[in-house]
Formats: sequence, C-alpha cells, structure tokens
Amino acid sequence: MTLTTCTTLGALAPDYDLIIVGAGPAGLAAALEAVPAGVSVLVLDEHPGPGGQMYRALTRNAPEAFGFLGPDYWRGAALVEAFLACPVQYAPRATVWSLQPGTDGPDPGLEVGVSQGGEARLLRARQVILALGGQERPMPIPGWTLPGVMLAGAGQIALKSAGLVPKGKVVLAGCGPMLYLLAGQLLDAGCAPSAILDTTRPGQWLRALPRLPGLLASAYFWKGLKVLLKVRTSVPFIRGVKALEALGTGQVERLRFRTGGRWRELPADLVLLHQGVVPELSLSGAAGCELEWNPRQRAFQPRHDGSGRTSVPGVSVAGDGGAVAGALMAEVTGRLAAISALAALGALDPARRAERERPLVRELRRLRRGRPFLDLLYQSREAFRIPPDDSTIVCRCEEVRAGQVRSAIALGAPGPNQLKAFLRCGMGPCQGRLCALTVTEMMAAQRRMDPGAVGIFRARIPVKPITLGEMASLPATPEALVACTGAATPLAASLTTQR
Amino acid sequence: MANLGKREFVVIGAGVVGASIAWGLARAGARPLVLDEGDLAPRASRANHALVWVQGEGHGLADYGLWTLGSARRWPQLAAELKAETGIDVALSQQGGFSFCLSRAELDRKAGILESIDRETGGRTSPFMVLDSNETRTRLPGASAAVAGTIFCPDDGHVNVLRLFHALHAAMAVRGCEYRACHGVEAIEPVTGGFRLTGTWGEVQAEKVVLAAGLGNERLAPMVGLHSPLKRCKGQILVTEKCAPFFPYASLLIIQSSEGGILVGASKDPSSPSPATSQPINAVLAQRALLVFPQLAALNVVRSWAGFRIKTPDEFPVYEQSARAPGAFVATCHSGVCLAANHALVLAPQILAGQLSAELSPYSARRLRVPQDH
Amino acid sequence: MFLRIIEPRETLTFTFDGRPIQAAPGESVAAALLQAGVRVFRTSVPGGEPRGPHCLMGICFDCLVTIDGVPNRQSCQVDAAAGMVVESQHGARAVEWGERP
Repeated sequence: MTLTTCTTLGALAPDYDLIIVGAGPAGLAAALEAVPAGVSVLVLDEHPGPGGQMYRALTRNAPEAFGFLGPDYWRGAALVEAFLACPVQYAPRATVWSLQPGTDGPDPGLEVGVSQGGEARLLRARQVILALGGQERPMPIPGWTLPGVMLAGAGQIALKSAGLVPKGKVVLAGCGPMLYLLAGQLLDAGCAPSAILDTTRPGQWLRALPRLPGLLASAYFWKGLKVLLKVRTSVPFIRGVKALEALGTGQVERLRFRTGGRWRELPADLVLLHQGVVPELSLSGAAGCELEWNPRQRAFQPRHDGSGRTSVPGVSVAGDGGAVAGALMAEVTGRLAAISALAALGALDPARRAERERPLVRELRRLRRGRPFLDLLYQSREAFRIPPDDSTIVCRCEEVRAGQVRSAIALGAPGPNQLKAFLRCGMGPCQGRLCALTVTEMMAAQRRMDPGAVGIFRARIPVKPITLGEMASLPATPEALVACTGAATPLAASLTTQR
Repeated sequence: MANLGKREFVVIGAGVVGASIAWGLARAGARPLVLDEGDLAPRASRANHALVWVQGEGHGLADYGLWTLGSARRWPQLAAELKAETGIDVALSQQGGFSFCLSRAELDRKAGILESIDRETGGRTSPFMVLDSNETRTRLPGASAAVAGTIFCPDDGHVNVLRLFHALHAAMAVRGCEYRACHGVEAIEPVTGGFRLTGTWGEVQAEKVVLAAGLGNERLAPMVGLHSPLKRCKGQILVTEKCAPFFPYASLLIIQSSEGGILVGASKDPSSPSPATSQPINAVLAQRALLVFPQLAALNVVRSWAGFRIKTPDEFPVYEQSARAPGAFVATCHSGVCLAANHALVLAPQILAGQLSAELSPYSARRLRVPQDH
Repeated sequence: MFLRIIEPRETLTFTFDGRPIQAAPGESVAAALLQAGVRVFRTSVPGGEPRGPHCLMGICFDCLVTIDGVPNRQSCQVDAAAGMVVESQHGARAVEWGERP
C-alpha cells in the first residue's frame, strides 16, 4: 500500500473524517498516527513535495550532494519515507484558502476551501488539523523593502530547494538559533558570510539564566553549542547590535549598524534578517480560533489544549502553527492532535488513547527543556519590533510607514482592526503576515497596554488569493441567490464568454 | 469606573453616521464627546459598498429621493472641507452610475420605478437614461452581451469609504471633539438637565444626546422615548487585487476603489446571525459580476467581507427628536456614506439648533408604528 | 547574488523580459531568477518601488511576476518550465476592457 497522490481536485472525495493541512513534520506525523485507525484522511499541502519548510525538497535532494544541510534536516528522511509508504490521500500544490464551520445539516462539520491547478472546491471534514507551521517574525528595519534584503528562511529555502548559495557579500543580521544554523549551513556549503550582526540583547543572558538548567539538559544544548562555535570562529561576529539600516539605490548595497554609540557600515549584496519564528495565523485566525499572546515568545498563537484543540470545535493545531517549538516537537504535537481527532471521531477508545498519549507526553516534556532559555535569550530588541524612525515601512504591501501608524494610533483607534480600516495596513495580499505583529506592538507601546489586550488583525478568507473565476465556480444555493438578487431563480444561462 | 462629568453634547457611535454628525456639530461650534465601542464591534462602516448612490432612491417615499440627491450634490463640499482640514483625499468620484439588467423585463421594471419617483417628486429628482444593450456597450465596451440594458444616472458616484472614515476621525480631532473608544453605552437615563449615560467605563451626563450607534440604536432608542426598529441585514462583498484604472463609474455590481481594487457587491442576507462570510454568497457575487464583466475572471480575490448593515423595516431613515425627552435625537439610516454630507452639513446644525426641520418629518418613527396598508 | 553549488544534470530555459534564463527541473522561477542575477522582479503598486523576493516561502507577495500572460504570480511558488514567458511587473495589472469609443 502506498500514498495516493491527487493532482487534480476531481480526484478528491467531497468529505473526509480528517483533513490535515500542511505536510511538514507535524502534518506528516499526524497522518502516520491517524491513518492506521481506518478513518478517511486527506493531507493538503501547497508545496510540490512533502516536508514543509523544515524538510523542504527532501525527496528531491540527494543526501550525498546536500549533506551540508546537516543532520537535523536529514532526520526528516525517515519521516518522509514513512509518509510516502502510508496509504493516505495526499494533494500537493493544493492551497487551502478558507476554513469555516459548516452550515448545513445536523452535523455540519467543517468546510475547507482548497485550490489546485487553477480550480477551487469546498471539502467537508469532521475534524481538521492545521499544521501550517511558523513564519519568521517580520524585522522592519529602514530599507527592508529593498531588493536583496531577505529573511534568513529565504536563504535556507534557496539552499534546500535549489542548492543555491549567496555569492558576493552576504551579511546575516538578527538573532536566534535559525540564524546561526543558517550560517553553519552556508559555511558547510562553501559560502562565507561577510559578517553576522548579532542583535541579541546582552541583558537577556541574565533574564534567561534561571532557565539554564533546562537548556543544559536538553537536546539542543550540545548541537547548538557546536554550531555557534563553528560560526563564531569562522565568520566575523559583531555583538550588541542596536540599530540596522539597509541602504542602496534600487537594491541593497550596504548595511549600516550601530553598536554602543558608533555607527559603522558594511558593503552587502545580500542581507539575511532573522529575529525568531512565530506561528502562521492566517487560517486559524480566519477560522475564528481564539488567539492568545505568548509573552515569552512575544507572538500570538491559537489558544489550544495539550492535544492542540482550539476554541473552534473540530479544529486542532499542531507544530509551530500552534506554538513555536521546532521540528521534533512538531512531530509529537502532530501525533497528539491526531490521537485526539481519532477519539473525537469515535475511532479510539479512552484506554487505548491514554496508552498512546503517555509516551508522547513524556517526549513533549523532554523536548520542552531548553526552549524557555532560548526564547528568553533571543527575545528581539524593541527597536527591531517597533521601528523608531517614522519613515520606515511597516506594511510592505500598502507601503504604510511607521509615522502614519503612530498618528492613527494617536487618533484613539480602539484596536488594530480599526487601524487597518484607517490605513489599509494588513489589506494587501499578505493579509498582515508581515505587519500585524509590528502594528500590535506599536499600539501596545504607545498605549501602554499589554499586546494581548490590544489584539491583532484577523486574516479574512481567502487567506491566499484565488481568482474571481475560481470563486464563481463554487456552488451557489437558493438562499445565496435570494441574498444577492432577491429571487431564487438562477442567474442567466451560461454564456460562451463566461470564464 | 470614571465619572466624566457633564457635557453639552454626547454622540453615541463613531461610524460614518456618528462621525459625520459629530464633525458637523463641531464645525457648527459645539464640542461633542463621541463614545465608540471596541476594536471588534460589528461596524457597518467597515462593511459597505462605498456608494454615493441616488438612482432609484425614494421608491415608496419620494422625499427620500430628494434628500439623497441633496446629499450627493453637497458631497463635493464635504470632500473639500475634509481635505482642507485633514489632508486626506477621500477620492470622491461622481461620474455617474449604471444599473445592470439582464433582461428587458428587468430593465422595464427598474425604469418604471425611476419614472414613478420622477413623477412623485414633480421632476425634481435626478435625471436618468435608459440604455439598451448596444447603447450600453458603446459607453462600456467591456460589458458582455448578457447585459440587456442599463440605466445611467449622472448623479451617482462613489467614495473611498475607509479614507472617509479616517478623514472624519481626523477631522473630529482637528475640531476638538473628544473621542473615546471602548466606551459602549449600556444605558441612557433622562435626568434633570439632560441625560445620564452609563457603561462599564463609568458615566457621563449630557444636556443633549445623539444616538448614532447603528445596530445599537434599536436597543438605546426606547430608553429616551424614541423608536428605531431594525431588521437584520448582512452585507457581503469581495475585494480583488489592485488593477490599473478601468471603471470610473458607480454601480451596485462593481466599483473600482481609488486604490485600484475592485469591490464586488453586494448581498443582503436577512437570515444569517453569524458574522462569518458565506461561500455560496461569494460564489453568486462572483458569478453575477462575471456575467456582466467576464474579463474579471482572472483577477485574484484578496479578501471577502461581511458585516451587518442597518435597515429599518421600510428601509428609510429614522431622524427624530424625542418628544418625551427633548434633547435626545436618533439618526438611523442605511446609506450612511451617501448621506454623510447631509448629516454633517444639514442635520448636525439642526440638532445644534435643537429642532429638526419640516423636511425631516417624514422620517419620524411614527410611520413605523402604523400598520402598512400599501 | 546566488550561485548553484550543485550542477544540475539537465537544465531548461525560459525567458525573463526576453532574456533567456537557465533553470534546473523542480526549481522555482524565483530561485532561477536569483541565480541568474535578477534582483528587481517588479515595482510596487502604491509607490513604484523596486521589489524582489523577501521570504521565498509564499507569504510576502513581493516576488510577483507575470507568467505566460498571467499577472501577479508568486514566482517562489511556481516551478520554472521550458518556454515559460516571465515578465517583470510595473504598476497595477491591466484589465482587458475592450475598445473605447
């Protein structure tokens, strides 16, 4: 028995017991956990192959050629191989653009809007596990919209999915394990970054110190130390960076930075920024899941229990999309979410459930060690979360600048959604993925409120764009016709010019 | 819990209606306190089609057609004053509007409505032209052959409603209005000298109070001897990515915002209590737009909005001063964007003067208590 | 800005603003363009600013190009194909309206 890969929407059933959105470590592990129970499972993923971002392009890359990606990447091979041998329906290059509670019948379940090959369809599911992963926290420095300024994840994706290394002067700036990991991978691939401008706040060491024992006992400590040592001894490492500015005409040419009181400049053909990973909230937010503020990671995440169950019945989150904790934890939370979904489907009795959960919960506790230390140590500096300069762009899509945001906050807008109405921040195609956190932090600072109390933009469906033609191909109902035209008679007979 | 003391004017609600009235009051010399709800309160101001629409308004109450036309004609003044005070250009566009009809019967029916409004107003309403399929496609070469005809009215237009919202709030600030969000009013009590307004935030006393709380008016009005019944009406629209300018007109089907995105409207769903967007309605909105403009099929939809709109049982406004508690005014209407000019420039000065003019007497809620016999 | 460290066994060719670009099978249009030294993929609609890829994972919407006549495609989400016609974008997309009188 093997995987059934569905390349057209026509190959999909209208409903499933369980739909898993995302084929990264959390989604793959959830599928492996759920499928043997005999329930109908569909895995939807927007990439051409399984692995998500963590294990991106794993099925295409030869280990001999891509060894520089490191053992953490290649650990994913076992998971991906198991998935490829799993008798589950899998739709690659399928973008999920909506998730809502269903509306018809006594047991409406959940409605998932998916688009593949230019066609759109609505699917039904009794349970949905959102395993969409994380995204990098935006890092709005002056000049961050210049071509050649990218996120560290982009550097990793170029490496993983196309075997590309930066040429010329590449400067890494920011803080957090992923930045140093990328530096290590680049070094192993034969590229020497010009410098790492480290923005870690010196004071954070003290704040994180009480959590040090957890780090020392964790899986990350020795690995992390090795990477850091290699990177610190091979790449010019500048600590205590307090300000950054990307400069250039038409593209980035140099990076200005300040440590202490002094400004200096480095020439740069490519700048890779990073200040941590946060949950990607578009689908969970649009589905109506309640969000809560995680003060240690300074990010919003869907409120969820130990099995990933959110405030929306039937919707669970797993992996970094629920709470950022890395690839190994994603597998564990994926399995826990699947077990909980099976129980909700009546496919797993409580005794068996407890038995399966026990080792996973133990693993969860083990993997948790060390994360609080890292989260605290690498909490980003306020200047990189709240642009001090009024001319810095906050919303890249609509080109709204920090000064405009501050003026609108001063008008007394009750929250980010009202601000969105005033300024259009968050109304572009990225739907706030790169500006929502910045706006919330700015409002919280200016109003002296907790970011959790301020709230955040809600993404609106479609969370990824679909065409008007695809929208028109979805089924209408008599009630919808009445709501739009006043009568239940169908719109005029189809025209040859239609679509 | 704070006691905010006494104010001469308090406006409840800071959507397009409340903000227009508050700014109009300030413009006329008052310093109103404006009380607004929180960030996620249902706001019709964020879920509308941005039309300054005149065509067909007044069917069943001809005076309303004239009230609407008057506001459309005052709109350029409102836009200019807002621009001068705040620097914000609300992108008013009044190049005329089209009603699209897919059959001759539909065209005749709509034309008949406009003709009757024209008769009832003694010819004072907006002019209109009935265009057949060929005439339509001469003016709109992109319209498909499915269009049996259109009705064109030169007074129709649209505005960038989010900029209007921003401009009104900025203008309120410029004029010294005191704006407080997260100050939803739970109760209004007539007391000696005026009214006592209370909420979880505390209380304030007002000599005069204006109810412009949209959906909230239904609950608040009886507290001051007024009546503002509403029927549920959820509106939903689709918004596309930005396009180069290609459609400068107004229509109930599509509008191109000054930012370039196409707003595809609109629905009136009386049944759904949930604020979530409905996929079948999205599908019909898209299908209907594509019937008329098939070339839009390739555009990307970037978001879909749904919100509760304001509708009285006969769909005409309620403007009234309380007889039982003079000094309390209510302003409830569906077309807050179109009527913004009248609200700021005509209604607000009347509220300030303490008396609504005879022009507004048809909008007393007394008409809604009488059983309809036509 | 980027170079390939693994020579692909086969390559395919597409064009960007008329210029031939080599790509390996399975590579995204964005990756192929970056490897070919292309930095500016478009100019933004609100301000006419030069933009290029920022995230390479489909969330920033800055890598938008026109592919085979279809505007606003995320080039990081589309695999390069032989003969593809890719064009940079400047300003908002046009809607085919028809002949004006």
